[in-house]
Amino acid sequence: MTTVEALGTRPVNPVARLLTALLIAGGLVLSVDWVSALTALVLELVLFFAVGARLRPVLTRAAVLAVAAALTAVTILLYGQSSGTVHWHFLLITVSDGSIALALATFLRVLAIALPSVILFADVDPTELADGLGQVLKLPARFVLGALAGLRLVGLLGQDWQYLGYARRARGVADHARLRRVAGQSFALLVFAVRRGSKLATAMEARGFGAHRSRTWARPSPFAGREFALVTAGFVITAVAIATSVTAGSWNFIGAQ
Amino acid sequence: MNVLRAHAQVSTDAVRSVGAAVTARGWGWQHATRANWVVRDLDLSIAPGERVLLLGPSGAGKSTLLHGIAGLLGGAEEGRQAGQLHVDDAPPAERRSRIGMVLQDPDSQVILSRVGDDVAFGMENFGVPREQIWPRVRQALDAVGLNVPLSQHTSKLSGGQKQRLALAGVIAMHPGLILLDEPTANLDPAGVIEVRDAIVESARKTGATLIVIEHRTDVWLPVIDRVIVLGADGAVIADGTPDDTIRREHDYLVRSGVWVPDTPLPEIPRRRFEDDRALLHAAELGLGYRGDEPLHTGLDLAIRRGRTTVITGPNGAGKSTLALTLGGLLRPPVGRLTADAALAPPRSRREPVRWRSKELLTRIGSVFQDPEHQFLTGTVRDELSLGPRALNRNATEIDACTDELLQRLRLQHVADANPYTLSGGEKRRLSVATVLATGPAVIVLDEPTFGQDRRTWEELIRLLADVADAGTAIVAVTHDLDFTALLADTRIELPAWQTATETTS
Repeated sequence: MTTVEALGTRPVNPVARLLTALLIAGGLVLSVDWVSALTALVLELVLFFAVGARLRPVLTRAAVLAVAAALTAVTILLYGQSSGTVHWHFLLITVSDGSIALALATFLRVLAIALPSVILFADVDPTELADGLGQVLKLPARFVLGALAGLRLVGLLGQDWQYLGYARRARGVADHARLRRVAGQSFALLVFAVRRGSKLATAMEARGFGAHRSRTWARPSPFAGREFALVTAGFVITAVAIATSVTAGSWNFIGAQ
Repeated sequence: MNVLRAHAQVSTDAVRSVGAAVTARGWGWQHATRANWVVRDLDLSIAPGERVLLLGPSGAGKSTLLHGIAGLLGGAEEGRQAGQLHVDDAPPAERRSRIGMVLQDPDSQVILSRVGDDVAFGMENFGVPREQIWPRVRQALDAVGLNVPLSQHTSKLSGGQKQRLALAGVIAMHPGLILLDEPTANLDPAGVIEVRDAIVESARKTGATLIVIEHRTDVWLPVIDRVIVLGADGAVIADGTPDDTIRREHDYLVRSGVWVPDTPLPEIPRRRFEDDRALLHAAELGLGYRGDEPLHTGLDLAIRRGRTTVITGPNGAGKSTLALTLGGLLRPPVGRLTADAALAPPRSRREPVRWRSKELLTRIGSVFQDPEHQFLTGTVRDELSLGPRALNRNATEIDACTDELLQRLRLQHVADANPYTLSGGEKRRLSVATVLATGPAVIVLDEPTFGQDRRTWEELIRLLADVADAGTAIVAVTHDLDFTALLADTRIELPAWQTATETTS
């Protein structure tokens, strides 16, 4: 039923997942080298299985990311800054030792930064994230719930778009050029969105939203041992990756060229 | 019974609220966009725990008054206030922690994406401790008869279910003042009684004051203490016990469009058009949006000239989808809908969904369930002339046609107003008028009488009967039984089609 009753096997708080992914990304964007990226990647995989991620979704998501990362790497391989031995040259394309190293580093880095977000964060329920943002990070309820309720409106706007299209056709004004029609309809949708937004705000106030300075939360958003453990793991991964890279002498701080 | 006992137990745990008092002295409100005061010189005093039914003609400012009492009218940029309106000796905006209100449109009442969270929302705002919230959520859902899992997605609920959800959310809050704006318009007759009893029971237990706006008075009269009748200019013209007030003001109320109990249905004389050949033919028709599973397969029906076809059926049966399909707006996933050869623009294109938008104007007109979806311009007058102008009619002809429609549908006084600012009845009349403007051979209406007061209701029926007798085919999709009884030449019952929402916890 509700998460309240599922306390025994509750998932890790989305806020902790968010923080972990941000920590790792924050550390890894500082340098472009393959050592730190590879170290982080290996440690991340250990972390995923330690927190009980299932193999199948990890592999599918990693595969999709690998394709994206590979495409980025190929671009860098062909057009990236060249240095060292040039292996192949054709028009603007230059493949050199430097660009090979850079491409490899980029490939690993994209994976290392994106995987934690995708594995830890992709199936987070927006409602539970809102619970966490409000209770753990103490963000203002007005902001958190406004965003959450607004998210629900996006689905309704899809229906509105459909009906606006029917209305235009039924009212005899849908024979215009497609571009003009879409422009007009988009404007109408914007008007609808604003109206829906203000109706939603009224409906929220009609149920006492903002009447008290503080509110309670129906669902707890626990932030305890496992959450701290996850965030710590994120911190350790980042620290170890940077330390290894610095020790190996391959750390190149992005601003330091 | 078990449910009620359990409910009583919890409300003793909770802080027992006491009803709020409402007083107005010379109160008035003028919307920033309008020249006239919606409500003016209003004086009234409602004691804690009273149960009040607010009546009056469409446009008398009942909704505005209720929003005012709820503290939802906004500040100076929204409009101008006169006099004084208090809830428990303070302006309503400072007393919102005592007030729970259910607004008219159930669609815009849904706040969160899970049923349980949506009901809990109001309690969270009132600072109800967590351990009381979930039991109260379940009791409120039980009380209003919404038997779906707490984790059910709110977007999957029907209109009637959304209305129950909003009411559950307010009941669970235990407010000192419950304000309801047409709370049962979307419910079937059995649901109306169930929901009404749940509200009254809740108000009785907590001692809350209750103010209800509802055209269909027969449902509420047995359970309320007092009736307040507003005049067209928003001042109180009658105030007293239900039986007394209804008897004394009977004629005014009937004229104002209130559904006074025991008023007989009107006589609708018909002179049926001679030629009744079929204009639209459906053969082996299926319904559905692109990419969805088809709703129904193998529907066969004919829409005849000068006749009224009324399509009924339970929620979720696909009535609106059928209306869109008949209107030539939605391509049927299976089967064929074809027009009579004389109606089709060229004989080669017999299927309405393949006609150009302009070709539809004089052939098939559609009136949508939500009138706001129909409006494309900034004034009522432009709205009426839009179709004729698309057909390149000349200016004098368009003016004459527009003026005639404005008069026929009682819209002259709002000719230059923005369609969105009209009252519910005016919006409905305008949406029908926009279709009449181009004189289509077939008119398809989706729930034309939904939420209308009795006056607009009767006008619509008379109008549609006239239009049919002049040779137009009328198709209406509805769950209004009186409408069906008075108007249907042919009635088609669309059977239920299994829906995914009917799961239980």
